[in-house]
Amino acid sequence: MIHSLFLINHSGDIFLEKHWKSVISRSVCDYFFEAKEKAEDPENVPPVLQTPHHYLISIYRGKLFFLSVVQTEVPPLFVIEFLHRVADTFQEYFGECSESVIKDNVVIVYELLEEMLDNGFPLATESNVLKEMIRPPTILRSVVNTLTGGSNVGDTLPTGQLSIIPWRRAGVKYTNNEAYFDVIEEIDAIVDKSGTTVFAEIQGVIEACVRLSGMPDLTLSFMNPRLLDDMSFHPCVRFKRWEAERVLSFIPPDGNFRLMSYHVSSQNLVAIPVYVKQNISFLETGSCGRLEITIGPKQTMGKMVEALMATIHMPKSVLSVSLTASQGSYTYDITTKILIWDIGRLNPQKLPNLRGSLSMQTGVPKPEENPSINIDLKIQQLAISGLKVSRLDMYGEKYKPFKGVKYLTKAGKFQVRT
Amino acid sequence: MSTAALYNDQGAAEAAVEAGQETTPTSSSSGAAFGLFSTDFKKNEDLKEMLESNKESLKLEAMKRIVQLISKGKNASELFPAIVKNVASKNIELKKLVYVYLVRYAEEQQDLALLSISTFQRALKDPNQFIRASALRVLSSIRVPIIVPIMMLAIKEAAADLSPYVRKTSAHAIQKLHSLDPDQKEQLIEVIEKLLKDKSTLVAGSVVMAFEEVCPDRIDLIHKNYRKLCNLLVDVEEWGQVVIINMLTRYARTQFLNPNINESLLEEGSGGEKMFYGSDEDEDEDEKEKKAEAAAIAKRKPYVMDPDHRLLLRNTKPLLQSRNAAVVMAVAQLYFHLAPKAEVGVIAKALVRLLRSHSEVQFVVLQNVATMTIKRRGMFEPYLKSFYIRSTDPTQIKVLKLEVLTNLANETNISTILREFQTYIKSMDKDFVAATIQAIGRCATNIGEVRDTCLNGLVQLLSNRDELVVAESVVVIKKLLQMQPEKHSDIIKHMAKLTDNIQVPMARASILWLIGEYCEHVPRIAPDVLRKMAKSFTNEEDIVKLQIINLAAKLYLTNSKQTKLLTQYVLNLAKYDQNYDIRDRARFVRQLIVPTEKSGALSKYAKKLFLALKPAPVLESPFKDRDHFQLGSLSHLLNAKAGGYQELPEWPEAAPDPSVRNVEVKESVPEWTKCSSREKRKEKKVEKPFYSDSEGESGPTESADSESDSASTTDSASASVSEESESGLESESEEESETEEEEEDKKEKKNQKKEPKKPVQESESEQSSEEEDRKPEKRSKKLKSDSESDSVEDEGSESESSPSESEDFESEAVVTKKKKAAESKPPSKSVRKEEKKEKKEMSLLDLDDFEPTPSPQVTPVNTLLSNSLATDLEGLSLSDSILSPATIIPSGALKNYELLHRITGEGLSVEYCFSRQPFSPDANMVAVQLQFTNNSTSDTKNLHMEDVRLQSGMRVKEFPEIELLPAGEMTSAVMGIDFCDSTQAANFQLCSHTKKFFVSIQPPVGELMRPVFLTENEFKKEQGQLMGMNEITEKLTLDVKCRNEHAIVQRVTTAANLSRVPCGSDKECSPPVPPPDYPVHRFAGRTVTSSSLVLVTVATREEGAAQLMVNCEKMVIGTMLVKDILLALTQ
Repeated sequence: MIHSLFLINHSGDIFLEKHWKSVISRSVCDYFFEAKEKAEDPENVPPVLQTPHHYLISIYRGKLFFLSVVQTEVPPLFVIEFLHRVADTFQEYFGECSESVIKDNVVIVYELLEEMLDNGFPLATESNVLKEMIRPPTILRSVVNTLTGGSNVGDTLPTGQLSIIPWRRAGVKYTNNEAYFDVIEEIDAIVDKSGTTVFAEIQGVIEACVRLSGMPDLTLSFMNPRLLDDMSFHPCVRFKRWEAERVLSFIPPDGNFRLMSYHVSSQNLVAIPVYVKQNISFLETGSCGRLEITIGPKQTMGKMVEALMATIHMPKSVLSVSLTASQGSYTYDITTKILIWDIGRLNPQKLPNLRGSLSMQTGVPKPEENPSINIDLKIQQLAISGLKVSRLDMYGEKYKPFKGVKYLTKAGKFQVRT
Repeated sequence: MSTAALYNDQGAAEAAVEAGQETTPTSSSSGAAFGLFSTDFKKNEDLKEMLESNKESLKLEAMKRIVQLISKGKNASELFPAIVKNVASKNIELKKLVYVYLVRYAEEQQDLALLSISTFQRALKDPNQFIRASALRVLSSIRVPIIVPIMMLAIKEAAADLSPYVRKTSAHAIQKLHSLDPDQKEQLIEVIEKLLKDKSTLVAGSVVMAFEEVCPDRIDLIHKNYRKLCNLLVDVEEWGQVVIINMLTRYARTQFLNPNINESLLEEGSGGEKMFYGSDEDEDEDEKEKKAEAAAIAKRKPYVMDPDHRLLLRNTKPLLQSRNAAVVMAVAQLYFHLAPKAEVGVIAKALVRLLRSHSEVQFVVLQNVATMTIKRRGMFEPYLKSFYIRSTDPTQIKVLKLEVLTNLANETNISTILREFQTYIKSMDKDFVAATIQAIGRCATNIGEVRDTCLNGLVQLLSNRDELVVAESVVVIKKLLQMQPEKHSDIIKHMAKLTDNIQVPMARASILWLIGEYCEHVPRIAPDVLRKMAKSFTNEEDIVKLQIINLAAKLYLTNSKQTKLLTQYVLNLAKYDQNYDIRDRARFVRQLIVPTEKSGALSKYAKKLFLALKPAPVLESPFKDRDHFQLGSLSHLLNAKAGGYQELPEWPEAAPDPSVRNVEVKESVPEWTKCSSREKRKEKKVEKPFYSDSEGESGPTESADSESDSASTTDSASASVSEESESGLESESEEESETEEEEEDKKEKKNQKKEPKKPVQESESEQSSEEEDRKPEKRSKKLKSDSESDSVEDEGSESESSPSESEDFESEAVVTKKKKAAESKPPSKSVRKEEKKEKKEMSLLDLDDFEPTPSPQVTPVNTLLSNSLATDLEGLSLSDSILSPATIIPSGALKNYELLHRITGEGLSVEYCFSRQPFSPDANMVAVQLQFTNNSTSDTKNLHMEDVRLQSGMRVKEFPEIELLPAGEMTSAVMGIDFCDSTQAANFQLCSHTKKFFVSIQPPVGELMRPVFLTENEFKKEQGQLMGMNEITEKLTLDVKCRNEHAIVQRVTTAANLSRVPCGSDKECSPPVPPPDYPVHRFAGRTVTSSSLVLVTVATREEGAAQLMVNCEKMVIGTMLVKDILLALTQ
């Protein structure tokens, strides 16, 4: 299936290659570079390219291209999903997925890739299994290793791979047993010029951090599971139990994982936490424009809106801006034409306001369309859909774990058209 | 290379060996090169030293640096001899890194690689499975042809290994060996065949992958493993799932019939969708014929889905919830290609969910959605808004979303979509704007209603400042105008003016073509345009020049007076053009239109040639017909066949023999028990890892139930009450509200007496619900004790609650309510009594077919069946049943159906039920008991039937005329209908002295039969004769409340008029195949008209799984019965 993998950085250097079958010359990437040139924006590079003898399937993550070469028919999503899984694994091992980190840990990266694919077919992709075989680097271990000549490769064998629950490693032991669940919801919305909501929906995930000894069997139930319309689960969740009783029953992996992601049924009206009053205009004569934005609370369920931020992709002809913000600060990147207004906490008494003028390139016709405003925000301790976890039970182990649930609402793809 | 060469210069001992391998001439190394690569060289030199040292840590350090070299794509092959020695190292990390190196360079250093083989051969015998597996992994990755026999041997051994992990590795090795030496195919297929039989989930995915790579056409290897693969699927790791699902899609296409074969005709009839995309008439015609043919075939043979086909669909569905996008896509394509049309909809939600994922995932999913929306538009319509475009989406995503939106457009949503498009047109992303304009054009051609609106909108765009936008609009307008040019001459005029400004060649060419084509509509402007064009001819692009020549020719033919000279001027210019196409065209046109003595006969036809009516172009989706590629595949994405792509076969005309999938079991038992026991084994395997824990909690009580079942049924009934603690509460409250309703009903009919038992029940249920309100935490206990005491004291109340038990929680509670309301509506005591009596009998589980024959005469009900008489009858039936214990016919509550509603009947309401008694005047008829209630204030007279309209073969025995039904009274009558073993409705008119009502009676299939008594052996014998086509098997999961014997029997007998085959003999006389703790329930009956046997078997398994089998020579009845019983058992 997957023949070779090339990691390519933003500027087009191949800094790592790995082959699972016979070696494919890196000149095959030239086709990719050609497409990259043509696309201008890295996001616009087609994920699947055809060359005379190979097919190139690539993803763009963290300013890196993961480019895989395949020779025969294979479901493209299979490869894409796998590449993202590789990137996720790097992220988990090294804290970030960037060129420098991968270069620093190239041996571990190589060992990981060797275990993840066998002859191009995924072998071990569960992070719990991988961590048993190849230990993630820590500062302490690297110091110890250099002193004692110890290694990163686990001397225990990956029993998880054989078990019926491959996602959990065996013999987990903690002195503090704890299980935390974060219910994170994102509001995706398109609001039009007049402030009416064109489209809005809520997407949520439950991120879990479970550090429990032994083989705990957990049951998580909701007060109002009916809200959930469509969901996808971590493989550990017993699907039939959910179907029958609407409870999440699972033996968790060790550590951090995404338990489920869900979509709130579209019949429910989505509460839009903020409103945006804006007036952006480009004058027909002269080379300037005006901008005024005010953001106020709408339906916040009595909670504080934090980390409020507005991002505007300005038209190419906007040269510079001179604005005054009543709260927070703004930056304007002249090369990318992105205006970012970092507001912070939303004060309902004194609404944040940004106003001023834009200076335009002369001799260029005024832009057809006003730029749309992307909003970012956070509301702590609130799941905007109203979803509530009712209880968490543990079976199979004797100790009493510490349990916690946190709610958070964020703006997802929240766009205000102007 | 040069490093290697330099290395040779140094003359190290090992290098000499290597020098033989290297083909690079040593002379290529020069002094300059030395300087350049000296650092590199030195590094390699100390690497070698480090490798040869005795210290593990130094060796490890060296290997790490070598791996770094490899990762950068630098050549480190000259270190091979030094490294290969470490292959047997004790240090695991060192060993692994050596493996990495070995696999990378073995192909280049074949002879040296052989040195390591013996190490692996030794490791293959290691007691530790991981060492065995990793040895096989590396051994098979060494691409050295000499060791093929060794690999073959190792693979064969590993395939028989005890450890599933090693077997998995061997499946991977098969592919490696096959790519190394395709001649080994035959032997490898044998190994694949063996591994396919493997029952481990670890192996399944890998071996199917090997199958796909080595012998994808050997579909026959799958037959015997098909059911196993379907059942294992949930537990296979996600990557294996993708491969298996894709393979099974292809398999199913060769083995099953098209489930939509019957619908294709309907589809054609509904037209709408087809119209938009139907490109040309002929093709449609052909298609129509084909479809008609197919439909004809379908009519001859009603479609019955193969149970294996159903199995696949059912077992893949939960995977739509997978977190892995590839799995979701695989299931989606399986449903798209294999599922009946009505069921495909489930995939839409999951696919829309994937749109939240990474942009690459979005890209692939949108491509597939675009293809799907062409065939199945309705599926994605509810998710229209999820395809709205954000300004931050990458352009390629935007364009795809636009495609989907365009495909989804229809008359109802077009206004919303056009409003969205309006926003998109103003986008800064000009490629996207161009795509939007084309999308508008397509909407306009597809939906006639908005054509003018779109055209106007596009014309407005002509004054846009961006030239690209204008050009794109011109091209689209041209296409639109071609459909109805005469109406839009002003638009053509407007466009003619644009020639001064627009510079985009394609747009200019489009305008010129339009003017030429419709020069009759703009007779004044056209010559002027030509004049201008002639002036700028030399500066135009080639496509514009060609159109100028065309314009000139057309004008010359229509208006030669004004344009003769101009045309000749243009042709002269073209004659000396640099482009040979243009020169050719000019020569050709001149010969055609300018008559000379030499010009041939063709010039006469010039007008016909140039001014022929051109058909309007069809704006089509680029995704049309892409679905002949398997969705989700690389080939589909590229719209071109990729290497190794396996075509998705067309459905077969007739299904191949389904029995090939049966798996032989050694015991010589009837087929159905075989498969049931096999499936049980499998299910154990499948379910255990995931679900055994969860369901184990309720498991023990259940199995205890089923054991005690045979002993006492009342026990089990109360146990089932205790099982559902929560739902009991709701149904209880439901009951309360229902009794209230009933009371209202009663108030309406004041002359009705109250039943003696009723108040007791009411108060009881009210009381209990009150109590529950007070102590909600104890509700389940309370309820349990309540119902237990009920069952002891008052059987009536227990049977009251039993129907509600059988319902699922809240959602079903509504159904319960309805059903119960229907039951309770007729305040007739006779019916009530009868129901009650039957229920009581059922709860005792021993009653016979004795029932009071309802009098066909008009009799005031309350006098006929007094309370005391009812109890008398109960006693009678009890004693009867003791006399003939063999004929056990438990019948569920009779269901009342509405024939005439109180409102439509203007006060007269009629309900009917199938009384399940033999209709004495004619044994071939089904007895239908009608219940007339006069709710009006005036009397109804002369109730009788008229104008009976029936399907051929059906007969009706009318009920005797009811002369008088006083106001507020009710009465009942019995009629007989011979339904001819079909579920066709009997239509007739119900007439009173003043009014006529059209009514119809449609029987559920379960009522078309009468119970017969069979012993178990007789049953099995008969069943043996009704195999093959006459047998329909379905697997199901029993409803939580329906896992004991009592409930199953009750539900089956409620759904169909069948009698239970005594099961006591099961354990004694049948071979010990079905384990006794999973009872098998058998029911028998005959169809009323043709007396065909109907045999039903419900074989239970652990955890509520069960298998339902119906044997009946009337296949239609069998199929419908399966559906009904399935519904009864799973809800």
